[in-house]
Amino acid sequence: MNKNVYVFAEQREGVIQPVALELIGKARDLADVLGDKVVAIFAGHNIADQANELIAYGADDVIVVDAPELKDYVTEQYTQAVYQVITAMNPDIVLFGATTIGRDLAPRLSARLEKGLTADCTKLEISDGSDPKLAARKLMMTRPAFGGNLMATIVAAKDGVQMATVRPGVMQKKEKDASRKGNIIPFNVVFDSSKFAVKLLETVKAEKGLVDITEAKVLVSGGRGVGNKENFEKLTALAGVLGGEVSSSRAMVDAGVMDHDRQVGQTGKTVRPDLYLACGISGAIQHLAGMEESELIIAINKDKFAPIFQVADLGIVGDANKIVPMLTERLAKEIKK
Amino acid sequence: MKIVVCIKQVPDTTVIKINPVTGTLIRDGVPSIMNPDDKGGLEMALQLKDQYGAHVTVITMGPPQADAILREAYAMGADEAILLTGREFGGADTLATSHTIAAALKNLEYDLIIAGRQAIDGDTAQVGPQIAEHLGLPQISYVAGLEYKDGKFVVKKETEEGYQMLEVAGPVLLTALASGFKARYMNVAGIVDAFDKPVAVWGVEKVDLPVEMLGLKGSGTKVYKSFTKGVKAAGEVHEVDAEQAVGLIVSKLKEKFII
Repeated sequence: MNKNVYVFAEQREGVIQPVALELIGKARDLADVLGDKVVAIFAGHNIADQANELIAYGADDVIVVDAPELKDYVTEQYTQAVYQVITAMNPDIVLFGATTIGRDLAPRLSARLEKGLTADCTKLEISDGSDPKLAARKLMMTRPAFGGNLMATIVAAKDGVQMATVRPGVMQKKEKDASRKGNIIPFNVVFDSSKFAVKLLETVKAEKGLVDITEAKVLVSGGRGVGNKENFEKLTALAGVLGGEVSSSRAMVDAGVMDHDRQVGQTGKTVRPDLYLACGISGAIQHLAGMEESELIIAINKDKFAPIFQVADLGIVGDANKIVPMLTERLAKEIKK
Repeated sequence: MKIVVCIKQVPDTTVIKINPVTGTLIRDGVPSIMNPDDKGGLEMALQLKDQYGAHVTVITMGPPQADAILREAYAMGADEAILLTGREFGGADTLATSHTIAAALKNLEYDLIIAGRQAIDGDTAQVGPQIAEHLGLPQISYVAGLEYKDGKFVVKKETEEGYQMLEVAGPVLLTALASGFKARYMNVAGIVDAFDKPVAVWGVEKVDLPVEMLGLKGSGTKVYKSFTKGVKAAGEVHEVDAEQAVGLIVSKLKEKFII
């Protein structure tokens, strides 16, 4: 009998990644429906002191795999560790972040376990048995396909563990509750070092500002209609007044105006800020896939037929380059009041 | 050096549209292309061939018309092409696909297997790592650059924060990023020759696996349902002058407690 909802709680250099907390939040919802526990798999080296953080965000148990072999992420080392946890514990569900780590580790595990894996899910639910074609208590994994043109709900075709990766920024973490109680369970992995063929030489951080647009509460986002770097400065000023960040559509990244790490959309990042202010963005489906879950969407575009208006709560037909500086000035006054 | 590059024919998803009446995908007139990351992977192989000499084999699993991307690979500079095709392979998810391709690869010699990081029709990024596992090979994904030194590959892997440099000896499987390897154009003589070159057609006889591990039967996942996204109820759209626009935005921000 498989039990409980597991989350691979990703850390980098000992820092728990936001996606780990988001997944624990979602796992909490799923486990509550199933009447099961949320279990975090926390692998790394000298990380045990942070296990309580995972409990505070909703984990019931934290399985800590602490070993020098796991100091940095390398595929085989982590695959052996998580494989041994999964085969020992028989989880019902395991969730991974759809990061460069999760999307490297999860397929490797899927092949080693001979189980299916659903990539980049945007929605996870438990079936209630109301459909005769689908048993109750199954994980329903919904994800975009065909570049975001189609949504598909996938279910496991084999018995045993059901696995999914979830894009960062899609699920929401729970409020932190430092008083929550849970169990911290050390787990000993026996490594086969003869398989460690890949050697990490160095990890290099990019020099450009490490802005994570998925963390921003307010995003002022620009597209083709904004056009050039000079006009993007206007968006930066507005974002500054609102305490937000600037993001962009793919067109502006391809044009070299913005860096890829600020790109919203299917091939960029998925964001769900409290406010998404789309300036001069027409709203190709690939872009909408990355931002339509935002709480409040305001769009400014010259073309009144632009698809962005179909997802906007408030749409303004007009020139963003003209409206944005006026809005910045007005908001500066309003906020001072 | 013997290199095998796994490539896939995909619909160009950037031009797919939804029929607004039926809510279904309009596939007519959508061009089929070589998947961009796979093309980057082929470029990676051809760069190694240019620098160190290599025999580059391309393999694709797909319907007979996937022959087109094999011809394109020939025109770019591949030496050998294999089409893996058969009714038994249909309906496969990533797990069944990776088993099928891995089993076919066992017929070949290789020092390096390259796959694209992900295909634009599924965006899963799973088949490369799964093939590596089935073949017992080490893997490095998200590869944006590499060098070959003293019998070892020194690989640049992109990450969210920057990149990592990793070292590995072959045989190894790498998954390539299109952004790391700008694909060369087909050369004119190559295009002409490409249509005369032989493409080996392999069927299930080249895949030494029980048929239960292939196609729909061998899949670890299944599609329960698919649907086009319901468009969110459109909000208000105003055609007003800039002054009024500012007023509307400010009152919306107040209403939603943003300011």
